[in-house]
Amino acid sequence: MDASQFLTIFISAVFIYNVILSRFLGLCSFVAISKETKPAMAMSLSVMFVTTMSSIITWFIYRFLLIPFGLTYLRTISFILVIATFVQFVEMVIRKISPPLYRFFGIYLPLITVNCAVLGVAVLNVDMFFINGRAVPGSFYYSLFQGICVGLGYALAMLLMSGIRERLDLCNVPKAVKDFPLAFIIASIMSLSFLGFNGFKF
Amino acid sequence: MKKYFSEFLKGIIKENPTFVLVLGLCPTLAVSVSVINGIGMGIAATFVLLGSNVIISLIKNIIPARIRIPCFIVVIATFVTITEMTMKAYSPALNRALGIYVPLIVVNCIVLGRAEAYAQKQTVLNSLFDGLGMGVGFTLALILISGIREFLGAGKILGYTLFKGFQPAFVLGMPSGALLVIGLLLGFFNVLKNRKT
Repeated sequence: MDASQFLTIFISAVFIYNVILSRFLGLCSFVAISKETKPAMAMSLSVMFVTTMSSIITWFIYRFLLIPFGLTYLRTISFILVIATFVQFVEMVIRKISPPLYRFFGIYLPLITVNCAVLGVAVLNVDMFFINGRAVPGSFYYSLFQGICVGLGYALAMLLMSGIRERLDLCNVPKAVKDFPLAFIIASIMSLSFLGFNGFKF
Repeated sequence: MKKYFSEFLKGIIKENPTFVLVLGLCPTLAVSVSVINGIGMGIAATFVLLGSNVIISLIKNIIPARIRIPCFIVVIATFVTITEMTMKAYSPALNRALGIYVPLIVVNCIVLGRAEAYAQKQTVLNSLFDGLGMGVGFTLALILISGIREFLGAGKILGYTLFKGFQPAFVLGMPSGALLVIGLLLGFFNVLKNRKT
């Protein structure tokens, strides 16, 4: 385990393989909630929280339950169930703490369960930090860090996008590309600029 | 029979999961680099949709309403696991190309969306044809997108070069190309829709 590994994880998760712009995970929430900055921020924070926590939980499940008992093929089922339970928990907390926020989210909060980013991080962690069913040294810290960084990458793309779309409300755009299509075209240009980080190595 | 046929057909054009419902875009964009990947993904998703729709409409009366979503997810995840293991055994190259997007079918909004909006209220046969139609619609959309991207981005279709002197635009094979193609296609379908009304 060394520091340069962490730097590599950070750069690749936030910039090079940005969870939205390069891996396309969590696109639904990205185009649906990025119309204004405030809900985008709230969504990003909750996704960040969930990816971090689910990285921790799924690491323990994989390392101490699935591998010792030879059940690695149950990976998908067990991960998605844990994530669904966890999201339910987050939903309850938000409902308790901030009812206006809860009302604002409506359908999108439960949808974090089916947000590909969350399951995607869990699967990626397992693919990257377990080799032939053995945990690489320091894999727990790598998984945890990757969870945080993917959340950060999501938040970065989300904030950039919502900033652009807030301004776009004032512009006169062709009727055919209003909303979804234009969001995708903007995301495409953003993705193109993120391509500049390709080839960054430490 | 005619009723089932219309259940099947609606998934292809009128309620196309990708272009009309705008669901399940993550795998659509990620794997559409080449047509063969698109077809592989489409078949995998169709199998999962078909299986989960049938099973869910079979057990719809047993599941308590409050915990239906976790139950649906377990059914879907089972089919995804079957698909993943089959693909690993019989076509490892495709499995490597699709990567993490195979286990991610489980969080594909189309599958859960059909379970929630359709299969839990309908008969088994209706659900079967609905799943089949949605799957085929999804596959066709994938073929369209990946066809455009493979042709313009690599100058090939299904791995065969079409024109000799064609200089491909590599950007279409990259992630930003996928977003651009889906954005323009959605805009194009909007134009068609607006013209009709």
